[in-house]
Amino acid sequence: MEEILEILEKNCKYTEEEIAKMTGKSLEEVKEVIKKYEDNNTIAGYTALINWEKTTKEEVLALIEVKITPQRGEGFDKVAERIYKFPEVKSCYLMSGGFDLTVIIEGKTMKEVALFVAEKLAVQEYVLSTSTHFVLKKYKDKGTIFRDKPKDDREGLFI
Amino acid sequence: MMLENMIRKNVRNMPPSGIRKYFDMVNEMEDAISLGIGEPDFVTPWNVVESGIYSLEQGHTHYSSNAGFMDLRREISNSLRNKYSLDYNPDEIIVTVGGSEGIDIALRALVGPGDEVIIPEPSFVAYKGCTAFTGATPKILNLRAEDKFKLTPELLEKAITERTKVVIMPFPNNPTGATMTESELKSIVEVLKDKDIIIISDEIYSELTYENKHVSIASFKEIRDKTIVINGFSKAYAMTGWRLGYVCGNKILINAMKKIHQYAIMCSPTTAQYAAIEALKNGERSVKEMVSEYNRRRRVMVNSFKNMGLECFEPLGAFYVFPSVKSTGMTSDEFCEKLLQEEKVLVIPGNAFGECGEGFIRACYASSMEDILEAMKRMERFVKSIR
Repeated sequence: MEEILEILEKNCKYTEEEIAKMTGKSLEEVKEVIKKYEDNNTIAGYTALINWEKTTKEEVLALIEVKITPQRGEGFDKVAERIYKFPEVKSCYLMSGGFDLTVIIEGKTMKEVALFVAEKLAVQEYVLSTSTHFVLKKYKDKGTIFRDKPKDDREGLFI
Repeated sequence: MMLENMIRKNVRNMPPSGIRKYFDMVNEMEDAISLGIGEPDFVTPWNVVESGIYSLEQGHTHYSSNAGFMDLRREISNSLRNKYSLDYNPDEIIVTVGGSEGIDIALRALVGPGDEVIIPEPSFVAYKGCTAFTGATPKILNLRAEDKFKLTPELLEKAITERTKVVIMPFPNNPTGATMTESELKSIVEVLKDKDIIIISDEIYSELTYENKHVSIASFKEIRDKTIVINGFSKAYAMTGWRLGYVCGNKILINAMKKIHQYAIMCSPTTAQYAAIEALKNGERSVKEMVSEYNRRRRVMVNSFKNMGLECFEPLGAFYVFPSVKSTGMTSDEFCEKLLQEEKVLVIPGNAFGECGEGFIRACYASSMEDILEAMKRMERFVKSIR
C-alpha cells in the first residue's frame, strides 16, 4: 500500500485509474486506500512544486537557526507550536546539534523577513537566540532539481 | 578495383537494419513518442558517475590489465555469488566493452565455417550477425507465442544437429520480455548436459525481472563448465554509453576469449571500470528504485494492451512488452508505420527480431511514465480507428 504513497509523492496528478494500472490493483481498492490515507492525514495535502524564480513574483526565503529553552513537561513542542503557527513559517524542524529549531520563513523582501524575526521570533519568551541565513538560490527542492527538463536525446539505433 | 568486391562475403551479405526508416521518420516529427529505443531512460546514478569523474581527476587515465581491474573482477565475482549463486573466481572473468563484445569474442573463440549456432528468435539481432561474421551458420530456432516465447526442450532437441557447437540462451529476452524459471531451465540442462555443446547465456537483463528472481542457467553444476555467462552494467545501472560488460566461464574458455580481447580491445575503458566498482559496491538502492519504476510502467503497458484487445502475455523481464497485432489484420510493419504516421508513436515491428516475430510489435517501457500514459492513449485511439 505504501507504493501508492510513493507514486503520489512523486506526482500527485496521476489519476486513480492510472495508479490502479501501475500497481496492478483494482480501481476501487486504490480509491479506498487513498481515501483512508487522506482521512487519517497520512496524505496531509497535495501541492505543486513551483520554481518561483521563473515568475515575476518576488520571494525571499530564509533559514533560521533558533535556540530555545525546553519547557518542563512540554519539551520543545509547546515553543515550536507558538512559532510554526505563524503563516510566514513554511517549515519547522526540531534539530539535534548546536541549535534546536530550523525555521524556514518566506517573505516578500529581506526587510520583511528580518522584521518578522526581530518582532515575532526573537522576542518569544523561551527563545534564547536566532541566527538568520538568507537563501540565495534554490538548486533542488523535495527531490526535484530546478532546471529545464532535459530532452530525451537517446539516439541508439541498436535494437 | 571494385571496393565492394574486397569486402568479405559474410559482411557484404548482411542486410542493413530494417528499422532505420522509423527512426528517421521520428526525428522529423514534432511531439512523437518513441517506445522504440532499447535502453534505459534513466541517467546513470550520480554516485557512479561521480566515481568515474573522480578517477579522471586523480589521473587514472591508463590501461588496466587485459581482463580488467582485479578490484572490479572481485566485485563482479562477489555480486554473482550473492545474487545468482554463481561461483566464478576473478580469473574466470573478463571485463568487456559491453555485453556485445562478450557475445562477439565468445562466438569467435568457439565457432567458424561448418559449425552451427542455435539462436532462439525473436531475439537481439547481434547473435545472428556475430555468428555470420565468423563464417558459422546461424541455426534459427523459432520460439512460439503459445510457449510465452520460452525455450522448450522439445524445440531445442529438434534444432540440434551433429554440427551444433553453441546454443544461445537469450533470457530475460529482448524483445519479448520472456524469462525462464528454474524448472524450465532444468529441462534445458537435461537436453544439453551430455552433449558437446557450449551454452552462451546472455543475462544482460538479469537485474530487471519482476515478481520472480532471475535464475542463471550456469547455476546448474552439470553444465557450469560449458556455459559462458554474459552480463554487464548497461541495463541494470543505466550505463549503456559507458560500454562495460563482462563474460564469465571456465578458465579454458575464458583464456581463449582473452586472447581475442587482448589483441582486439586491449582492455575496457578504465573510467567506466572505476564507475562500475562503485555501481557494484553502492548501486543496489538505485537499481531497486529503477526496477520498481519499470515494474509500474510494465503493468500500465500490459494492462493497456489488453484493454485495446491486443493479445499479450505478461512479460516478467527486461523492459519490453511484445503484444500481437494479428487481430488488427495488419502486418507488423504496416501497424508500426501507420501508427507512427497517424498517432506519432514509435514501436518496433516484431519481425525485426526474427521472422517468427511477424505479427507482433515490441514496445519498450524505458520511457517516462508520462510518455507511456500518453502513448497508450494514442495507441488505443489508433487500434479503435482501424477496427
